[in-house]
Amino acid sequence: MRGHVDGNALAGILSELQLDVTVRGRCAGCGDVAVLARAVVYGDEQARVARCAACSGVLFVLFTEPGGMRLQLRGMSWLDTAPE
Amino acid sequence: MVTGGWMVGTVVEVRAEATSGRAIVLEVPGWGGNIAGQHLDARLTAPDGYQAVRSYSLASAGEGERLELAVDRFPHGEVSPYLVDELRIGDELEVRGPLGGWFVWRPDQTEPVQLIGGGSGIVPLMAMIRSHRAARSTAEFRLLYSLRGEEDAFFREELTQPSPGLAVTWLFTRRTPTGWPRPASRITAADLEAEAIPVGRSPSVFVCGPTGFVEAVATNLVELGHDPHRIKTERFGGS
Repeated sequence: MRGHVDGNALAGILSELQLDVTVRGRCAGCGDVAVLARAVVYGDEQARVARCAACSGVLFVLFTEPGGMRLQLRGMSWLDTAPE
Repeated sequence: MVTGGWMVGTVVEVRAEATSGRAIVLEVPGWGGNIAGQHLDARLTAPDGYQAVRSYSLASAGEGERLELAVDRFPHGEVSPYLVDELRIGDELEVRGPLGGWFVWRPDQTEPVQLIGGGSGIVPLMAMIRSHRAARSTAEFRLLYSLRGEEDAFFREELTQPSPGLAVTWLFTRRTPTGWPRPASRITAADLEAEAIPVGRSPSVFVCGPTGFVEAVATNLVELGHDPHRIKTERFGGS
């Protein structure tokens, strides 16, 4: 992966956690509420870091480990399914 | 719409596109169709078991088990050179999808739609154009397509055919055809002001392309007064 991509690009891997990129989340840092698809994603296949599009704070980190993955919800206060 | 499972597709057609890309048509039993703008993940497995997964936008939309990808070759990529140079008709490819329910256009949307693509970023926008045409939608569609030169166009023939309700503006960044009125340059705020659907008509805007292109366009659109919530972007890092 060169540069950063949109959260939308994580749709495949997040589906393994039964999470859709149209889910909304609130940034614990600045309070911005946006669908996961709008997050700004850096990193590589081992660790993808999703940052808030408004304040650049880390929202979550997705680790790919042998045999599975781990979603570390570092900077989100909640998720919901209301439309954007 | 959430799918965890991998399916096996078979290549039924390949077609050279642009100078370094290719369209690939797959028949995927169990696919079940997709909305315009969605993508899929493709997975390659090496003989030693090493796997690489990459996301590719779909150029096709609608029901059925046949889908079309268009892939640009990134010279140092792990996957795209294989898809562009090696994959043959009859070969199998593992795919997962359709994915992403956000960067999408549905035929029941009636508002004006501004599409802005850079290079192979045209691919999901092409799916929207095809979906618009197939549904005989009366929503106004405009496409701004930024690319190096004419020969770098994906879907050149299809985009130069008239399509009801669609206006296409070509913006060349390096080489223009002879006598072309606009000098070669990257897309500017003036291009957006002159060619894009005006702010006052509240268009939905879809921007797809390399990261730098998408950021520049999105910033200009917001400065022109477009509502950030009506702008959807899809950046690709490339691999």
